[in-house]
Amino acid sequence: MIIVFAVFLLTLLVLTAVAVVRTENLFVAVMLMAIFSLLMATNFFILDAADVALTEAAVGAGVTTVIFLGALALTAEQEKPIVSGRWLPLAVVSVTVLVIIYASFDQPRLGDPGAPAHQHVAPWYLEKTAEFIDIPNIVTAVLASYRGYDTLGEVFVVFAACIGVLFLLSVPPVKPQKSKSSDNSSGLRHHLIPQVVGRLLVPFIFLFGLYVQFHGEYGPGGGFQAGAIIATGIILYALLEGEAAALNAIPKSVLMAMVCGGAMLYGMVGVAGMILGGNFLDYSVLHSDPVIGQQMGIILIEAGVGITVCGALLSIFHAFAERD
Amino acid sequence: MLLDILSWILLCLGGGFVLVGGIGALRMPNFYTRMHAASLTDSTGSILIVVGVMCQAGLSLATIKLLTILIFLLLTGPTATYALANAALLSGMKPQADTDEGRSSS
Repeated sequence: MIIVFAVFLLTLLVLTAVAVVRTENLFVAVMLMAIFSLLMATNFFILDAADVALTEAAVGAGVTTVIFLGALALTAEQEKPIVSGRWLPLAVVSVTVLVIIYASFDQPRLGDPGAPAHQHVAPWYLEKTAEFIDIPNIVTAVLASYRGYDTLGEVFVVFAACIGVLFLLSVPPVKPQKSKSSDNSSGLRHHLIPQVVGRLLVPFIFLFGLYVQFHGEYGPGGGFQAGAIIATGIILYALLEGEAAALNAIPKSVLMAMVCGGAMLYGMVGVAGMILGGNFLDYSVLHSDPVIGQQMGIILIEAGVGITVCGALLSIFHAFAERD
Repeated sequence: MLLDILSWILLCLGGGFVLVGGIGALRMPNFYTRMHAASLTDSTGSILIVVGVMCQAGLSLATIKLLTILIFLLLTGPTATYALANAALLSGMKPQADTDEGRSSS
Protein backbone atom coordinates (compact mmCIF):
# COMPACT_ATOMS: atom_id res chain seq x y z
CA MET A 1 0.00 0.00 0.00
CA ILE A 2 2.72 2.44 0.98
CA ILE A 3 4.63 1.58 -2.18
CA VAL A 4 1.64 2.62 -4.31
CA PHE A 5 1.55 5.94 -2.51
CA ALA A 6 5.30 6.36 -2.97
CA VAL A 7 5.06 5.66 -6.71
CA PHE A 8 2.16 8.11 -6.96
CA LEU A 9 4.21 10.80 -5.21
CA LEU A 10 7.25 10.12 -7.39
CA THR A 11 5.07 10.43 -10.49
CA LEU A 12 3.80 13.78 -9.24
CA LEU A 13 7.41 14.75 -8.58
CA VAL A 14 8.39 14.03 -12.18
CA LEU A 15 5.34 15.92 -13.49
CA THR A 16 6.19 18.92 -11.30
CA ALA A 17 9.81 18.85 -12.43
CA VAL A 18 8.74 18.82 -16.10
CA ALA A 19 6.31 21.67 -15.41
CA VAL A 20 9.08 23.71 -13.72
CA VAL A 21 11.27 23.31 -16.79
CA ARG A 22 8.49 23.96 -19.28
CA THR A 23 6.90 27.04 -17.76
CA GLU A 24 7.97 30.44 -19.07
CA ASN A 25 6.59 32.36 -16.11
CA LEU A 26 9.21 32.47 -13.38
CA PHE A 27 6.68 33.14 -10.62
CA VAL A 28 4.87 29.93 -11.55
CA ALA A 29 8.21 28.15 -11.61
CA VAL A 30 8.99 29.31 -8.07
CA MET A 31 5.61 28.12 -6.82
CA LEU A 32 6.07 24.78 -8.56
CA MET A 33 9.49 24.46 -6.95
CA ALA A 34 7.83 24.86 -3.55
CA ILE A 35 5.38 22.10 -4.46
CA PHE A 36 8.30 19.99 -5.66
CA SER A 37 10.04 20.41 -2.31
CA LEU A 38 6.89 19.54 -0.40
CA LEU A 39 6.41 16.37 -2.46
CA MET A 40 10.07 15.54 -1.92
CA ALA A 41 9.63 16.00 1.83
CA THR A 42 6.65 13.65 1.81
CA ASN A 43 8.72 11.14 -0.12
CA PHE A 44 11.53 11.34 2.41
CA PHE A 45 8.99 10.83 5.14
CA ILE A 46 7.64 7.70 3.46
CA LEU A 47 11.22 6.42 3.33
CA ASP A 48 11.37 6.94 7.14
CA ALA A 49 13.87 9.79 6.88
CA ALA A 50 12.01 12.19 9.14
CA ASP A 51 15.03 14.42 9.77
CA VAL A 52 15.67 14.95 6.07
CA ALA A 53 11.96 15.47 5.44
CA LEU A 54 11.85 18.19 8.06
CA THR A 55 14.86 19.91 6.52
CA GLU A 56 13.41 19.71 3.03
CA ALA A 57 10.07 21.09 4.15
CA ALA A 58 11.58 23.95 6.16
CA VAL A 59 14.35 24.96 3.76
CA GLY A 60 13.06 23.83 0.38
CA ALA A 61 9.41 24.70 0.64
CA GLY A 62 9.70 27.51 3.18
CA VAL A 63 12.74 29.75 3.14
CA THR A 64 13.93 29.08 -0.40
CA THR A 65 10.58 30.11 -1.84
CA VAL A 66 10.71 33.43 -0.03
CA ILE A 67 14.30 34.04 -1.16
CA PHE A 68 13.38 33.10 -4.73
CA LEU A 69 10.48 35.53 -4.63
CA GLY A 70 12.83 38.19 -3.30
CA ALA A 71 15.18 37.50 -6.19
CA LEU A 72 12.24 37.51 -8.60
CA ALA A 73 11.24 40.98 -7.46
CA LEU A 74 14.60 42.18 -8.82
CA THR A 75 14.14 40.68 -12.28
CA ALA A 76 11.42 40.22 -14.85
CA GLU A 77 8.63 37.76 -14.35
CA GLN A 78 8.93 36.13 -17.75
CA GLU A 79 11.75 33.92 -18.85
CA LYS A 80 13.75 35.10 -21.85
CA PRO A 81 12.94 32.95 -24.87
CA ILE A 82 15.82 30.73 -25.90
CA VAL A 83 16.28 30.87 -29.63
CA SER A 84 19.10 28.54 -30.53
CA GLY A 85 21.50 25.95 -29.24
CA ARG A 86 19.00 23.50 -27.84
CA TRP A 87 20.41 20.38 -29.44
CA LEU A 88 23.69 20.12 -27.60
CA PRO A 89 22.13 20.39 -24.11
CA LEU A 90 19.47 17.90 -25.15
CA ALA A 91 22.09 15.42 -26.30
CA VAL A 92 24.12 15.84 -23.10
CA VAL A 93 21.04 15.37 -20.93
CA SER A 94 19.90 12.32 -22.89
CA VAL A 95 23.28 10.64 -22.59
CA THR A 96 23.44 11.42 -18.86
CA VAL A 97 19.95 10.05 -18.31
CA LEU A 98 20.82 6.85 -20.16
CA VAL A 99 24.01 6.42 -18.11
CA ILE A 100 22.11 7.00 -14.86
CA ILE A 101 19.37 4.55 -15.84
CA TYR A 102 22.05 2.00 -16.76
CA ALA A 103 23.76 2.57 -13.42
CA SER A 104 20.48 2.15 -11.55
CA PHE A 105 20.36 -1.52 -12.58
CA ASP A 106 23.25 -2.10 -10.20
CA GLN A 107 21.45 -0.44 -7.33
CA PRO A 108 20.30 -2.65 -4.47
CA ARG A 109 16.56 -3.04 -3.95
CA LEU A 110 14.88 -0.41 -1.75
CA GLY A 111 15.36 -1.36 1.88
CA ASP A 112 17.56 -4.33 1.01
CA PRO A 113 19.34 -5.34 4.24
CA GLY A 114 22.22 -6.76 2.20
CA ALA A 115 22.97 -3.45 0.52
CA PRO A 116 26.54 -2.23 0.98
CA ALA A 117 25.32 0.90 2.74
CA HIS A 118 23.70 -1.26 5.40
CA GLN A 119 26.69 -3.55 5.78
CA HIS A 120 29.53 -1.12 6.32
CA VAL A 121 29.31 1.02 9.47
CA ALA A 122 25.54 1.37 9.90
CA PRO A 123 25.12 -1.78 12.06
CA TRP A 124 27.92 -0.56 14.30
CA TYR A 125 26.22 2.84 14.68
CA LEU A 126 22.90 1.20 15.53
CA GLU A 127 24.51 -1.12 18.05
CA LYS A 128 26.89 1.22 19.78
CA THR A 129 25.00 4.53 19.92
CA ALA A 130 23.09 3.52 23.02
CA GLU A 131 26.36 2.65 24.73
CA PHE A 132 28.59 5.54 23.60
CA ILE A 133 26.22 8.48 23.30
CA ASP A 134 22.95 7.29 24.80
CA ILE A 135 20.50 9.35 22.77
CA PRO A 136 17.47 7.83 21.03
CA ASN A 137 17.84 9.59 17.66
CA ILE A 138 20.69 7.82 15.95
CA VAL A 139 20.53 10.23 13.00
CA THR A 140 21.60 13.07 15.28
CA ALA A 141 24.34 10.91 16.76
CA VAL A 142 25.68 10.08 13.30
CA LEU A 143 25.35 13.66 12.07
CA ALA A 144 26.84 15.42 15.05
CA SER A 145 29.32 12.96 16.50
CA TYR A 146 30.41 10.12 14.23
CA ARG A 147 30.27 12.31 11.14
CA GLY A 148 31.13 15.55 12.91
CA TYR A 149 33.73 16.48 10.29
CA ASP A 150 31.15 16.28 7.48
CA THR A 151 28.72 18.45 9.40
CA LEU A 152 31.48 20.96 10.12
CA GLY A 153 32.06 21.04 6.37
CA GLU A 154 28.37 21.65 5.76
CA VAL A 155 28.30 24.52 8.24
CA PHE A 156 31.23 26.13 6.48
CA VAL A 157 29.49 25.64 3.13
CA VAL A 158 26.50 27.57 4.54
CA PHE A 159 28.89 30.20 5.90
CA ALA A 160 30.71 30.53 2.57
CA ALA A 161 27.44 30.67 0.62
CA CYS A 162 26.18 33.47 2.84
CA ILE A 163 29.42 35.44 2.45
CA GLY A 164 29.30 34.91 -1.31
CA VAL A 165 25.70 36.13 -1.64
CA LEU A 166 26.45 39.17 0.52
CA PHE A 167 29.49 40.01 -1.64
CA LEU A 168 27.39 39.81 -4.80
CA LEU A 169 24.42 41.77 -3.46
CA SER A 170 26.12 44.35 -1.27
CA VAL A 171 27.10 46.33 -4.37
CA PRO A 172 24.67 49.26 -4.40
CA PRO A 173 22.17 49.09 -7.27
CA VAL A 174 22.90 51.23 -10.32
CA LYS A 175 19.53 52.93 -10.49
CA PRO A 176 17.96 53.47 -7.07
CA GLN A 177 14.20 53.07 -7.39
CA LYS A 178 12.13 55.75 -5.80
CA SER A 179 8.56 55.34 -4.77
CA LYS A 180 8.56 51.56 -4.56
CA SER A 181 10.72 51.20 -1.47
CA SER A 182 8.44 53.21 0.78
CA ASP A 183 5.56 50.99 -0.32
CA ASN A 184 7.42 47.82 0.52
CA SER A 185 8.87 48.88 3.82
CA SER A 186 5.47 49.28 5.39
CA GLY A 187 4.90 45.55 5.05
CA LEU A 188 1.36 44.32 5.39
CA ARG A 189 0.49 46.95 7.94
CA HIS A 190 -2.74 47.93 6.25
CA HIS A 191 -3.92 44.34 5.83
CA LEU A 192 -5.51 43.62 9.16
CA ILE A 193 -6.34 39.93 8.94
CA PRO A 194 -2.97 38.56 7.80
CA GLN A 195 -1.28 40.80 10.31
CA VAL A 196 -3.34 39.64 13.28
CA VAL A 197 -3.03 35.98 12.36
CA GLY A 198 0.66 36.35 11.57
CA ARG A 199 1.36 38.04 14.89
CA LEU A 200 -0.46 35.21 16.58
CA LEU A 201 1.66 32.61 14.80
CA VAL A 202 5.15 34.10 15.02
CA PRO A 203 5.77 33.20 18.71
CA PHE A 204 4.59 29.66 18.13
CA ILE A 205 6.89 29.32 15.14
CA PHE A 206 9.80 30.38 17.37
CA LEU A 207 8.68 27.95 20.05
CA PHE A 208 8.50 25.14 17.54
CA GLY A 209 11.92 26.09 16.21
CA LEU A 210 13.42 25.93 19.68
CA TYR A 211 11.67 22.61 20.29
CA VAL A 212 13.16 21.22 17.09
CA GLN A 213 16.56 22.57 18.08
CA PHE A 214 16.69 21.11 21.55
CA HIS A 215 14.66 18.00 20.85
CA GLY A 216 16.99 16.89 18.07
CA GLU A 217 18.54 14.24 20.30
CA TYR A 218 15.17 12.61 20.95
CA GLY A 219 13.17 13.09 17.78
CA PRO A 220 13.58 14.33 14.25
CA GLY A 221 15.21 17.73 14.21
CA GLY A 222 18.42 19.53 14.91
CA GLY A 223 20.30 22.66 14.08
CA PHE A 224 19.65 22.83 10.34
CA GLN A 225 15.88 22.46 10.67
CA ALA A 226 15.60 24.71 13.69
CA GLY A 227 17.68 27.45 12.08
CA ALA A 228 15.46 27.38 9.01
CA ILE A 229 12.24 27.41 11.08
CA ILE A 230 13.33 30.34 13.24
CA ALA A 231 14.49 32.20 10.14
CA THR A 232 11.05 31.60 8.62
CA GLY A 233 9.44 33.10 11.71
CA ILE A 234 11.58 36.22 11.49
CA ILE A 235 10.94 36.51 7.75
CA LEU A 236 7.20 36.29 8.45
CA TYR A 237 7.65 39.09 10.96
CA ALA A 238 9.54 41.10 8.34
CA LEU A 239 6.73 40.57 5.84
CA LEU A 240 4.11 41.66 8.36
CA GLU A 241 5.77 44.63 9.99
CA GLY A 242 8.09 45.73 7.25
CA GLU A 243 11.74 44.90 6.78
CA ALA A 244 12.90 47.83 8.89
CA ALA A 245 11.15 46.45 11.97
CA ALA A 246 12.84 43.08 11.53
CA LEU A 247 16.21 44.75 11.07
CA ASN A 248 15.48 46.80 14.16
CA ALA A 249 14.79 43.62 16.16
CA ILE A 250 17.87 41.81 14.85
CA PRO A 251 20.37 44.25 13.33
CA LYS A 252 22.71 43.25 10.58
CA SER A 253 25.74 43.22 12.83
CA VAL A 254 24.02 40.65 15.04
CA LEU A 255 23.21 38.55 11.98
CA MET A 256 26.84 38.63 10.88
CA ALA A 257 27.92 37.72 14.41
CA MET A 258 25.46 34.81 14.29
CA VAL A 259 26.81 33.53 10.97
CA CYS A 260 30.44 33.72 12.12
CA GLY A 261 29.82 32.86 15.75
CA GLY A 262 27.86 29.67 15.02
CA ALA A 263 30.55 28.29 12.75
CA MET A 264 33.19 29.36 15.24
CA LEU A 265 31.33 27.72 18.15
CA TYR A 266 31.40 24.47 16.20
CA GLY A 267 35.11 24.81 15.53
CA MET A 268 35.86 25.82 19.11
CA VAL A 269 34.15 22.70 20.45
CA GLY A 270 36.51 20.72 18.25
CA VAL A 271 39.54 22.69 19.44
CA ALA A 272 38.41 22.32 23.05
CA GLY A 273 38.47 18.56 22.53
CA MET A 274 42.05 18.86 21.32
CA ILE A 275 43.09 21.01 24.27
CA LEU A 276 41.58 18.54 26.72
CA GLY A 277 43.67 15.76 25.22
CA GLY A 278 41.42 14.17 22.62
CA ASN A 279 41.17 14.43 18.86
CA PHE A 280 39.58 17.30 16.95
CA LEU A 281 35.78 17.05 17.41
CA ASP A 282 36.15 14.26 19.95
CA TYR A 283 33.53 15.18 22.53
CA SER A 284 34.23 12.36 24.96
CA VAL A 285 36.90 14.35 26.76
CA LEU A 286 34.64 17.34 27.44
CA HIS A 287 33.36 15.77 30.65
CA SER A 288 34.69 13.19 33.06
CA ASP A 289 31.94 10.85 31.89
CA PRO A 290 32.49 10.27 28.15
CA VAL A 291 28.75 9.73 27.49
CA ILE A 292 27.82 13.07 29.04
CA GLY A 293 30.75 14.63 27.19
CA GLN A 294 29.33 13.35 23.91
CA GLN A 295 25.88 14.73 24.73
CA MET A 296 27.33 18.11 25.69
CA GLY A 297 29.31 18.23 22.48
CA ILE A 298 26.26 17.37 20.38
CA ILE A 299 24.10 20.03 22.03
CA LEU A 300 26.84 22.65 21.57
CA ILE A 301 27.54 21.94 17.93
CA GLU A 302 23.82 21.68 17.13
CA ALA A 303 23.44 25.14 18.64
CA GLY A 304 26.31 26.34 16.45
CA VAL A 305 24.68 24.84 13.36
CA GLY A 306 21.31 26.40 14.20
CA ILE A 307 22.77 29.86 14.82
CA THR A 308 24.76 29.80 11.58
CA VAL A 309 21.88 28.57 9.44
CA CYS A 310 19.44 31.09 10.92
CA GLY A 311 21.87 33.97 10.52
CA ALA A 312 22.84 33.00 6.99
CA LEU A 313 19.24 32.65 5.77
CA LEU A 314 18.24 35.97 7.30
CA SER A 315 21.29 37.76 5.90
CA ILE A 316 20.49 36.46 2.43
CA PHE A 317 16.84 37.46 2.82
CA HIS A 318 17.75 40.99 3.89
CA ALA A 319 20.33 41.26 1.12
CA PHE A 320 17.59 40.54 -1.43
CA ALA A 321 14.93 42.60 0.27
CA GLU A 322 17.17 45.66 0.50
CA ARG A 323 17.61 45.93 -3.24
CA ASP A 324 13.92 46.24 -4.01
CA MET B 1 -15.23 -0.58 17.03
CA LEU B 2 -17.80 2.20 16.98
CA LEU B 3 -14.97 4.71 17.12
CA ASP B 4 -13.34 2.96 14.18
CA ILE B 5 -16.47 3.21 12.04
CA LEU B 6 -16.95 6.84 13.04
CA SER B 7 -13.37 7.67 12.17
CA TRP B 8 -13.67 5.99 8.77
CA ILE B 9 -16.87 7.87 8.02
CA LEU B 10 -15.15 11.14 8.92
CA LEU B 11 -12.07 10.29 6.88
CA CYS B 12 -14.10 9.35 3.81
CA LEU B 13 -16.26 12.46 4.13
CA GLY B 14 -13.15 14.61 4.47
CA GLY B 15 -11.57 12.97 1.45
CA GLY B 16 -14.78 13.57 -0.48
CA PHE B 17 -14.75 17.25 0.45
CA VAL B 18 -11.14 17.66 -0.65
CA LEU B 19 -11.92 15.85 -3.90
CA VAL B 20 -14.91 18.12 -4.56
CA GLY B 21 -12.69 21.11 -3.82
CA GLY B 22 -10.12 19.87 -6.30
CA ILE B 23 -12.74 19.39 -8.99
CA GLY B 24 -14.16 22.81 -8.20
CA ALA B 25 -10.76 24.46 -8.48
CA LEU B 26 -10.39 22.98 -11.94
CA ARG B 27 -13.93 23.42 -13.23
CA MET B 28 -15.07 26.76 -11.85
CA PRO B 29 -15.24 29.58 -14.40
CA ASN B 30 -13.07 32.30 -12.89
CA PHE B 31 -10.45 33.02 -10.30
CA TYR B 32 -12.63 33.97 -7.34
CA THR B 33 -15.06 31.09 -7.70
CA ARG B 34 -12.15 28.68 -8.03
CA MET B 35 -10.60 30.00 -4.87
CA HIS B 36 -13.93 29.81 -3.12
CA ALA B 37 -14.32 26.17 -4.12
CA ALA B 38 -10.83 25.24 -3.01
CA SER B 39 -10.73 27.11 0.28
CA LEU B 40 -14.07 26.22 1.86
CA THR B 41 -13.87 22.53 1.05
CA ASP B 42 -10.26 22.45 2.17
CA SER B 43 -11.11 23.81 5.60
CA THR B 44 -14.04 21.43 6.04
CA GLY B 45 -12.03 18.54 4.67
CA SER B 46 -9.13 19.19 7.00
CA ILE B 47 -11.44 19.39 10.02
CA LEU B 48 -13.09 16.09 9.10
CA ILE B 49 -9.83 14.31 8.30
CA VAL B 50 -8.00 15.49 11.41
CA VAL B 51 -10.95 14.61 13.66
CA GLY B 52 -11.09 11.21 11.95
CA VAL B 53 -7.41 10.64 12.63
CA MET B 54 -7.94 11.81 16.21
CA CYS B 55 -10.58 9.09 16.64
CA GLN B 56 -7.97 6.59 15.47
CA ALA B 57 -5.33 7.95 17.85
CA GLY B 58 -7.52 7.81 20.94
CA LEU B 59 -6.69 9.77 24.06
CA SER B 60 -2.97 10.30 23.75
CA LEU B 61 -0.30 12.89 23.08
CA ALA B 62 -0.90 12.38 19.36
CA THR B 63 -4.45 13.70 19.73
CA ILE B 64 -3.20 16.91 21.32
CA LYS B 65 -0.66 17.32 18.53
CA LEU B 66 -3.41 16.75 15.96
CA LEU B 67 -5.58 19.32 17.70
CA THR B 68 -2.72 21.82 17.50
CA ILE B 69 -2.26 21.06 13.82
CA LEU B 70 -6.00 21.54 13.28
CA ILE B 71 -5.97 24.93 15.00
CA PHE B 72 -2.96 25.91 12.92
CA LEU B 73 -4.70 24.85 9.71
CA LEU B 74 -7.90 26.65 10.65
CA LEU B 75 -5.93 29.83 11.32
CA THR B 76 -3.71 29.78 8.27
CA GLY B 77 -6.04 28.37 5.59
CA PRO B 78 -8.65 31.15 5.58
CA THR B 79 -5.94 33.77 6.07
CA ALA B 80 -4.09 32.51 3.02
CA THR B 81 -7.32 32.59 1.03
CA TYR B 82 -8.03 36.12 2.20
CA ALA B 83 -4.49 37.23 1.31
CA LEU B 84 -4.79 35.63 -2.11
CA ALA B 85 -8.14 37.24 -2.85
CA ASN B 86 -6.92 40.58 -1.53
CA ALA B 87 -3.79 40.42 -3.67
CA ALA B 88 -5.89 39.55 -6.71
CA LEU B 89 -8.25 42.44 -6.04
CA LEU B 90 -5.39 44.89 -5.48
CA SER B 91 -3.68 43.83 -8.69
CA GLY B 92 -6.81 44.79 -10.54
CA MET B 93 -8.70 41.56 -11.04
CA LYS B 94 -12.39 42.44 -10.69
CA PRO B 95 -14.89 39.86 -9.48
CA GLN B 96 -17.36 39.31 -12.28
CA ALA B 97 -20.79 37.83 -12.33
CA ASP B 98 -20.56 37.30 -16.05
CA THR B 99 -18.74 34.00 -16.38
CA ASP B 100 -17.53 34.17 -19.97
CA GLU B 101 -15.38 37.24 -19.56
CA GLY B 102 -14.03 36.30 -16.16
CA ARG B 103 -12.26 33.28 -17.56
CA SER B 104 -8.64 33.75 -16.66
CA SER B 105 -5.77 31.60 -15.61
CA SER B 106 -5.06 31.52 -11.93
